Amino acid sequence: MTEPVLTVEGLEAWYGESHILHGVSFEVPPGQIVTLLGRNGAGKTTTLRSIMGLVKKRKGSVRHQGEELIALPANRIARSGIAYCPEERGIFSSLNVKENLQLPPTIADGGMSLDRVYELFPILKTRGASQGTKLSGGEQQMLAIARILRTGARILLLDEPTEGLAPVIVQQIGTIITRLKEEGFTILLVEQNFRFAEKTGDLHYVVEHGEVVDRFERAQVAGNRDKITRYLGV
Amino acid sequence: MDFLGVPFPVFAGQLLIGLINGAFYAVLSLGLALIFGLLNIVNFAHGALYMVGAFVAFLLLDVLGIGYWPALVLSPIIVGVFGMAIERFLLRPIADLDHLYGLLLTFGLALLIEGLFRQVYGVSGETYAIPAALQGGFNLGFMFLPTYRAWVIVAAVVVCGATWFLIEQTRLGATMRAAVENADLVRAFGVNVPLLVTLTYGLGVALAAFAGVLAAPIYSVNPLMGSNIIIVVFAIVVIGGLGSIKGAILSGFLLGIAEGVTRVYYPEASNIIIFVVMAVVLIVRPAGLFGKTA
Repeated sequence: MTEPVLTVEGLEAWYGESHILHGVSFEVPPGQIVTLLGRNGAGKTTTLRSIMGLVKKRKGSVRHQGEELIALPANRIARSGIAYCPEERGIFSSLNVKENLQLPPTIADGGMSLDRVYELFPILKTRGASQGTKLSGGEQQMLAIARILRTGARILLLDEPTEGLAPVIVQQIGTIITRLKEEGFTILLVEQNFRFAEKTGDLHYVVEHGEVVDRFERAQVAGNRDKITRYLGV
Repeated sequence: MDFLGVPFPVFAGQLLIGLINGAFYAVLSLGLALIFGLLNIVNFAHGALYMVGAFVAFLLLDVLGIGYWPALVLSPIIVGVFGMAIERFLLRPIADLDHLYGLLLTFGLALLIEGLFRQVYGVSGETYAIPAALQGGFNLGFMFLPTYRAWVIVAAVVVCGATWFLIEQTRLGATMRAAVENADLVRAFGVNVPLLVTLTYGLGVALAAFAGVLAAPIYSVNPLMGSNIIIVVFAIVVIGGLGSIKGAILSGFLLGIAEGVTRVYYPEASNIIIFVVMAVVLIVRPAGLFGKTA
């Protein structure tokens, strides 16, 4: 097996006094789409936020290509080459679409050009001057993904990109995520929608009560459908 | 020649004084609005730092023989660096606490700074001469316009316009606006937000110092000059809408003019007109004239 680009080991995190993550461990191989599955409140979002350095109290280990990130502030973690698209999408209402798109600074060479981003998301080009939050939910989601492609980061953390979107938009997002993988991005995807995760993901981890409790590769999913469904309570 | 029942020269004279006061209100409330936007604290030290700006200009001239024009640039830089030190070493450690602590800390700082200058310079004030190039004035036919006063208005408009441009039209400004909305996410994009906060505080404070230098030749350079003006400026920030750049600039000028016009028709009310406007605005539009309702 190739060396993982991202290794999370014994990750613990707290919100105030509540202990949310109790030692999350998993690996993300390069160029794959890895999903974190689990019920609401299992700790998937907190895992992403902790990797990104957005949870103040955290311990354990997060290594990105050998570099230990656990003690770094969020801006340094981002500059190591990881980009984050939050669950609430985080479109800025005081910025127009183009400003939103250009907000994240370039952190490394090799990011997508603006033209290339517009090619993937043609809708954004026509909406450049609109206020970011005036877009529809699907357009906002596309903007949230689009803006982290320019920066040169090679690992994308996507938190529930399909949440609350119409099936046709979910399909479009799926196509885009698959294309990003083809372009060499490594993607860590938090997902509630198992059917979506199953179609796009190469490797799945199940999170329960702040721990990773199981792991399935793409080929193992079909044979373990009952087990996975039980985990997710669907 | 009468204008709305008063001789036009009287009206124009008060309008001019109103515009000049408005120029100071605008530059000061702009700095406060910038700081409030990103740090979420009401910077009570703002008036004191405006006063320090004037004193730095006075001391540059008195001690080093450095004149008005260099002081107009040097004083904001010196006071801005001082402000960045305040942010980095005093405000940042308490940034996670209730914002009330920031308010109390800056209030304490204002008292300390003012007390220090009072101790050394007393309360009578020092004079600062109008630079040679700006002495004299123009006869407009209906009134005499001193050159320096015209310069104050022009300088304030230019500085306010430049700051507005920086915030609303540049990449850096977009990053600042985004950080006001969601600092965590901007940080997760790789932006050093704490540094941005320090620079913003420095810029806000530098604007106060700039106003201080502009004020030095008009008002006496006095340790209390800051506390005299700052309460009115707070009211203006509230009227414009807390944290609104455009609101701070426009309401600064408008309320200066309102004060001047009131002085023509009902002089007794000129000192309270701004607070009356504030009360009315708070009742009708609690978020301020240009504030965003949450």
